[in-house]
Amino acid sequence: MISFNAIKANKMRSILATLGIVIGIMAVTILQTAIEGINLAFEKSIASVGADVLYVQKFEWFGKEDWEVYRNRKDITMKQYNYLANNLQSAESVCPSAGAGGTVTYGEYSSENVMILGTTEEYQRTLGVGIDEGRFFTKRESDGGWPVCIIGMDVKEAFFANVNPIGKTIKVNGYNLKVIGVNEKMGSMLGLFSLDNRILMPLNKFFKMFGTRRQLTINVKAAGVEGIEDTKEEVKSIMMRARRIPVGGKPDFGINQQEAFRQTYDQLTGLIKAIGTAITLLSLIVGSIGIANIMFVSVKERTKEIGIRKAIGAKRSTILVQFLLEAVSICLLGGFIGLAIAFPISLMINAYLLPTAMPMWVVALALVISAIAGIVSGFFPAFQASKLNPVDALRYE
Amino acid sequence: MQEIIKTDNLVKLYVMGVEELYALKGITMSITKNEYVAIMGPSGSGKSTLMNIIGCLDVPTSGYYELNGNNVSEMDDNELAAIRNREIGFVFQTFNLLPRSNALHNVELPLIYSGMSRHERLELAEQALDQVGLKDRMLHKPNELSGGQRQRVAIARALVNKPSIILADEPTGNLDSRTGDEIMQLFDELHSKGNTIILVTHEDFIAEHAERVIRLKDGMIEFDKVVRPPKNIIINEIQA
Repeated sequence: MISFNAIKANKMRSILATLGIVIGIMAVTILQTAIEGINLAFEKSIASVGADVLYVQKFEWFGKEDWEVYRNRKDITMKQYNYLANNLQSAESVCPSAGAGGTVTYGEYSSENVMILGTTEEYQRTLGVGIDEGRFFTKRESDGGWPVCIIGMDVKEAFFANVNPIGKTIKVNGYNLKVIGVNEKMGSMLGLFSLDNRILMPLNKFFKMFGTRRQLTINVKAAGVEGIEDTKEEVKSIMMRARRIPVGGKPDFGINQQEAFRQTYDQLTGLIKAIGTAITLLSLIVGSIGIANIMFVSVKERTKEIGIRKAIGAKRSTILVQFLLEAVSICLLGGFIGLAIAFPISLMINAYLLPTAMPMWVVALALVISAIAGIVSGFFPAFQASKLNPVDALRYE
Repeated sequence: MQEIIKTDNLVKLYVMGVEELYALKGITMSITKNEYVAIMGPSGSGKSTLMNIIGCLDVPTSGYYELNGNNVSEMDDNELAAIRNREIGFVFQTFNLLPRSNALHNVELPLIYSGMSRHERLELAEQALDQVGLKDRMLHKPNELSGGQRQRVAIARALVNKPSIILADEPTGNLDSRTGDEIMQLFDELHSKGNTIILVTHEDFIAEHAERVIRLKDGMIEFDKVVRPPKNIIINEIQA
């Protein structure tokens, strides 16, 4: 009560003094809200990569060596795939895949740069592909290289907006393929490219259309996330044998997994967080100095009041707490103003940039930080007030 | 009679650089319950210093001071604050009310510091304001009250804790003579109800209200005499 009266008496001064705190709290809440949104988007994106899937490839994701080193490696072949598939014990399923960009035509419409992915019937199990309509291709269709395909959501929307695509025949790079299924919507990879603008087809047919000299990926699904490291070791040793690398030699292939994305992502967001924290801290320090300054002025102005309070029985601690509470109240006011400004901005981020919401813990954190700033900035002025001598304070005009 | 205030050879020394100034040079006196005392003396006589020590706002350099059985001369800041809160009701020349709080809150303040519950202290504060005739003004702030009314609020604040002494420092110094008279009548009335009152003043006509005058000069007691027999004695005499 007492502290709010004092703040009310100097409304403008108090609000101006909180500016630093307001900016600090705004920075911390908006930053956290944005990171929350980026995290959400990231988790959604990498879900398609699969936490329990290994990708054996010539290249390493986010590899640290020169491009040349990777380019000069030997391709991964179907022979190596067969060797791996026959010897691998711990994996749940394995399948090869190869990709190429293609042009898809249906009637008078055509679409370029569609991702054409050749694979086997095991792909559905290995990558956990969901089917929206129709079905995946069978082992018979896969082995025989039948001209069938499963289309992604983007392809469906581009060609079959109001028609059932199942049973229709589309042309891919001039070859007829029959649509037997539609993929579930997968979204985009980190917001960069769509995972729905693709066509899945039997690998044997794919080789006929695009040739066999294609980058091959061997997809390995481990038995659960906890088994992934063991499976990775097994895949590594079998692939070393398949590619005739002596034991103890350096592998000339990459075993990629979701983890690589996560590490790179953590590095990136770690940097954003560090910069954001530095800005927040800086403005909070400046803000606290501002509050401390205003509190020193307030103590000086109210010397007589402190004298009166002491004369009628206020102890040192009582005065200390009174002024501390006042500083904390000013800072909390700043915190609330900061939140009040940050909240609509978070709604705007949600509406225009990326889906997010200001998490409750960020609101709580912001208020706790404000209160701490209040205690830090209020302590010395409050201490000064508490040790005023009542005789001198009463005489002060 | 019960001694409320007992001092023995109080000395107060101020050191300013190399100069030493004895504000009090050994004050020995006692004041009993329900006395009405005026402490007088010209400026520089040590009157304010003595008032500060009696009011527990300051401690003596040496000597002994006992207030209502408490040895005050060796207390620390917090104990002094508690003693002031419990035993002393201050009335100042400049009223010293909190300007942003209404009369009720000003009167309630000592009770907040003594840790009383809200319900209880509001009731006591209202009673005290009623006693000084300001019950209908209790929600007014000091700047909405006249000087006399402000001093009445201050007196209510001094009374509310039922202190053992009421210590008034030039209580009429900022009031015109008519309002001053009214305030002095209020003090007389409080005295007749059993309160112990100590007036610090340099005005003879104020001191005339008291039954005993202690006059200071150069930090020592010049004289200490009963100027008027206590009222109850007069009443006894009349009845006799």
